[in-house]
Amino acid sequence: MNQTPTTIDLRLFATLAKYRPQQEARQPIRRGMTVAQLMQALDIPASEVKLIFIDGVRAESDSPLQGGERVGLFPPVGGG
Amino acid sequence: MHQSLLEIVSEHIESPVAPDDTVRPVLTLDQGRRIADTTGASLRKVERTALAAGALPERYMRNSRSYSVADQIRLCDARVAVIGLGGLGGAVVEILARAGVGALVLMDGDRFEAHNLNRQLFSDEAQLGQSKATVAARRVSVVNSTVQVTARAEYINDRNAAERIAGCQLVIDCLDNIEARFVVARAARQTAIPMVSAAVAGSTAHVTTIFPDDPGLEAIHGPYHALKDAKGAETVLGNLPQTVTMAAAMECSEALKVLTGRTDRLLRNKLWIMDLSDNTFEVLSLV
Repeated sequence: MNQTPTTIDLRLFATLAKYRPQQEARQPIRRGMTVAQLMQALDIPASEVKLIFIDGVRAESDSPLQGGERVGLFPPVGGG
Repeated sequence: MHQSLLEIVSEHIESPVAPDDTVRPVLTLDQGRRIADTTGASLRKVERTALAAGALPERYMRNSRSYSVADQIRLCDARVAVIGLGGLGGAVVEILARAGVGALVLMDGDRFEAHNLNRQLFSDEAQLGQSKATVAARRVSVVNSTVQVTARAEYINDRNAAERIAGCQLVIDCLDNIEARFVVARAARQTAIPMVSAAVAGSTAHVTTIFPDDPGLEAIHGPYHALKDAKGAETVLGNLPQTVTMAAAMECSEALKVLTGRTDRLLRNKLWIMDLSDNTFEVLSLV
């Protein structure tokens, strides 16, 4: 197995900003880990995440990450 | 001899030559008012007649590079429901009235309060306590008196929604909570009316356009029955004027595309997101 450290470009929006890691744009991941596992590693409660995007397309929490992706997480947003 | 309104209007259409040598027939506001005064026709009818004669009412001259007379006729003949008249709704109504959308159904059961003043364009210090729907209708009448307004000082719910939006070509969701957005979405689907929806929290906003056959709000918020509480990030982050007004402008951009038939580049099954804290603007795919 290739254990070379790899990274994603992570974007945490709105109230999720408080969970931002130090290097959001170069967040290290284990290749093959899911978005849910990433959230767990960053102490982001699943209950606070409403929308997950990988490379601009809506994804699910069990979507795996390979490294190099742009990942965006949104909380529910409803104001006006 | 008795002249028809079309004949009278046609006689008063001016044909100035634009800097690029094109001729763009125009009916000035002054002429329109004079014709309305002398014939007893409404200014709305006079300006609609000018459009039918191929001339642009002067108020729309700066639209003309993007909207033809035919587009302006589509807008004039359109009826749009704006549900929620706060931060999003106030800006949406202001823009649509100026753009020339001919009929607006304005619905909100709320009254203006002091904490609305940071962002809600129709709120001002003198009108606190007044019905948002009433104030919005008054604003439209002074901005563009040719717009027909139906003001509904009531909240939308599953009992009244379909009836209130019936007859509209488009409904614009300008509400402030997720649950009520689903009420509008259900009614829009039931009545086969497209819908534009925006939501805002702090410096973050997103906008989408939903046609009756699209997955719609469920693609953003999940199934309605699984909404735990309808509270979003805005309850923590509040609502900023720059964010909400930009989201409203984006809703109007989508609305005017739908109404003028520019339907090939809509935010259907897409979510436009922005975050002003770091100037993120992106279109994401929901399917």
